[in-house]
Amino acid sequence: MEIPYTVTARPDTGLYNAKVGIWLFLASEVMLFGGLFSAYIFLRLGATHWPHHILNVPMGLFNTMVLISSSITMVMAWSSLKMRQFSSYRKWLGITLFCGVLFLSVKSVEYKDKFHHYGIILNSGQEITGHLAMTEEEAIHSDVLKIKPDPENAGDFLFQLKSIFSKPEGEEKVLEIPKKEIRWWSNFVPKYNTYLATYFTMTGIHALHILGGLLVLGYFWGPGAALYRTNPEHLANRVEVAGLFWHFVDLVWIFLFPTLYLF
Amino acid sequence: MDSEMSMTSQAAHGHHEGHEEISWIRKYVFSTDHKMIGYQYMVTSLFVALFAFFLMVLMRWQLSFPGKPIPIFGPILEKLLGSSMAPGGVMTPQLYNSFGAMHGTMMIFMALVPALFAGFGNFVVPLQIGAPDMAFPRLNMASFWLFFVGVLIMMVSFFVPGGAAKSGWTSYTPLADFADMGPGFHPIFNGQTLWLIGMAFNITGSLLGSVNIITTIIQLRTKGLSWMRLPVFVWSELVTAFLLLLAFPPLESAAIMQLMDRLFGTSFFSPEGLIINGKHADISGGGSSILWQHLFWFLGHPEVYVQILPTMGIVGEIFANNTRKPLWSYKVFVYSLLAIGFLSMIVWAHHMYMTGMGQAVTSFFQIFTTIISIPSVLLGTVLLLSLWGASIRFNVPMLFALAWLPMFGIGGLTGLPLGWTASDVVLHDTYYVIGHFHYMMAPASLLALFAGIYYWFPKATGRYMNEFLGKIHFWPTFIFFNGIFFPMLVQGFAGVHRRWYDGGAGWQMAQNVLWLNQVMSFSAWALAIAQIPFIINFFWSLFAGKKVTDDNPWQATTLEWATPTPPGHGNFLHPVAVYRDPYEYSVPGYKQDYLPQWEPDERLSKEGKLSQVPF
Ligand code: HEM
Ligand SMILES: [Cu+2]
Repeated sequence: MEIPYTVTARPDTGLYNAKVGIWLFLASEVMLFGGLFSAYIFLRLGATHWPHHILNVPMGLFNTMVLISSSITMVMAWSSLKMRQFSSYRKWLGITLFCGVLFLSVKSVEYKDKFHHYGIILNSGQEITGHLAMTEEEAIHSDVLKIKPDPENAGDFLFQLKSIFSKPEGEEKVLEIPKKEIRWWSNFVPKYNTYLATYFTMTGIHALHILGGLLVLGYFWGPGAALYRTNPEHLANRVEVAGLFWHFVDLVWIFLFPTLYLF
Repeated sequence: MDSEMSMTSQAAHGHHEGHEEISWIRKYVFSTDHKMIGYQYMVTSLFVALFAFFLMVLMRWQLSFPGKPIPIFGPILEKLLGSSMAPGGVMTPQLYNSFGAMHGTMMIFMALVPALFAGFGNFVVPLQIGAPDMAFPRLNMASFWLFFVGVLIMMVSFFVPGGAAKSGWTSYTPLADFADMGPGFHPIFNGQTLWLIGMAFNITGSLLGSVNIITTIIQLRTKGLSWMRLPVFVWSELVTAFLLLLAFPPLESAAIMQLMDRLFGTSFFSPEGLIINGKHADISGGGSSILWQHLFWFLGHPEVYVQILPTMGIVGEIFANNTRKPLWSYKVFVYSLLAIGFLSMIVWAHHMYMTGMGQAVTSFFQIFTTIISIPSVLLGTVLLLSLWGASIRFNVPMLFALAWLPMFGIGGLTGLPLGWTASDVVLHDTYYVIGHFHYMMAPASLLALFAGIYYWFPKATGRYMNEFLGKIHFWPTFIFFNGIFFPMLVQGFAGVHRRWYDGGAGWQMAQNVLWLNQVMSFSAWALAIAQIPFIINFFWSLFAGKKVTDDNPWQATTLEWATPTPPGHGNFLHPVAVYRDPYEYSVPGYKQDYLPQWEPDERLSKEGKLSQVPF
């Protein structure tokens, strides 16, 4: 039995089924991220202290460009299919996939970087961030924490850019802080503070979406592309729908980047 | 064009689609047929409902006789769950909380909504719009199985150390953030975490399901079925699906954040300086429990409408059919559904008056909560006035549908005092709230559920359910529902708190309403017994009920009755088209008192003078 309008559009709505489906799904996705963004706003408005400039802006900016490019190549892939140019479809979709992988790689470098970064909140409420001057093992058991604090200009764009490629020079000042003066210390993992909690949760869920998108697009690049031989229009539809999802995920990042990196 | 062709080729194929034999597993387990998925939803949720009902009956026993062992079931509980949960067959407060949380969660998320929205929705909607199946059959199967896994996870959670979740169906933080975290804590296998994971499955399933239902209604309506000719049940499903689509995701994000709190030590929902067991909690703080409440009720409020809207649709169908008249005003009915759907998204914080949100915010929510009762009243009025001057057929579906009306009325009216801060401050968290929402969720929703089952059973199985058994199911059910829930309103006025394990025994003001506990508990057990005729009727009728002789046994007008009985794969034998409004009953000038949507005028031959003249 066949379901009507799987490939061709219903005349009065002008849409085929999957397109209605994906728009509805994206509406629900808007609400999913909407929930997270409202949580962010709610918590930030109620916060007494909100950290700034602890993310690497050049990296985030680079990733933003990567995703925007991937959206463009995504459209190219779809339009190639529409024009029945299979090899160029393969090429453009391949670049899209590459961009997605690149994005995730940069993201994991950023994550790893955070796990090696430490923050200390003193009883006075003052916060000191930097790299440990001892192993984590030692830090847990010792009565003092030795830390190389981040330099003043750690939030500067150029400094951050340089720090991607080389270990930042600057005096290796080491602070020694007795544990009894410390209210809370940890590396930059989700539990460090609400800001990092939102950062990891939002970008984590976003990264899962990228991963999901990559799986789907990878399928249409590889085994799923076989549909081209029997029903190229159906494949074009599927790629269009997957592309809409991909654009949406890009769009979410366009909101995440300023929210988490810049403001 | 393509689809046109597929339509004709389908017709050319002849009557029986898919001649290839489908394996048993594909047909009954991993089915993509919307009807089978509808049955799967219905059977699973009826089973869950029975289970959750059973939890409640045990709780009611404990409330009537605090501190005494539960006869028969007490020892079983002790065996099953261990003597730390039910020592000597007496429920511990822990276990009582578990049962309460799971009763609520399962009833709402895994019994009533799946049955009313997904069960009936799957079976009826494609039939009523003349579609061969849902728009995405395989997605449909996935939705059911996601839901099913969610149910399994919930059930299994009774047997992990510490038992099932205990923080209520609302999982309020920070309680829920730290629940079950005692000694022997396993990060995943503990009640509250499993609750979150089970809910995530359930939410994902219902999301995909609502995408499917909406797409089906938008795209697969058959020729001539314009929006204002849709049966009201389809409308109710459409609005419900939109609520699920838009309101559930924020709860999913909240569930993710609560999981982060529990597994990775974040503080989304925990404030600074939280003290647990006399010690400062080792967390960064900076979160807010009010945030959880907002995110929860942003779903939680629409969710209660997700449950009641399909019942409105069902009752509308049955009323039109058994009054043999069009609904008093189809348009008012439809616009009310839409208005309720929209408004239900912006009243959530009326569950949070006690959190001190401030004047401006509470004013907003009071106003819109009051406004939402207008379409509700309009809808009830449509149904009430539809009865006016009708010669009603009092069959079993109609009895259940009729009883829905006053129950919905009581539920709605008792909601108003809760919608205003001045009275809610007194009534909040008392048994009055429990009484209010149960009138909606239990008598109203369940009566409509039964109405729907009795009504569509002949189409689904080709057999009628037994009328006599139906009536001895109906009367005690109707009476004892009120026996359970009306006293709750009374107890609530005496200030009896909703989650007291001893049923209020320690509360001075409650002393002269305590005897009502026994009234309620007696009614609950009687209600349980009253379901036996239903269960017998259901299975007996399935195999030995009176056979239907006509595809349209209730002489109804909507498209689902144009299919063979029971409908086969692909539903309709011929492509159907729609020629008229959904409820053309007793239209003057025709010889038949009902004009099915799928019959063109010529075939219904007006009682013109000519046709009466014998040749
Ligand atoms: C005119 C319509 C309604 C109004 C004005 C209304 C009002 C309210 C208010 C203000 C509360 C919160 C009381 C409190 O916690 O202090 C409440 C609770 C509740 N209502 Fe309604 N309601 C209406 C209809 C419904 C419907 C249709 C349903 C279900 C089908 C429903 C189910 C519930 C539930 C489940 C709760 C309790 C939630 C909990 O705290 O566990 N209500 N209602
Ligand atoms: Cu509400």
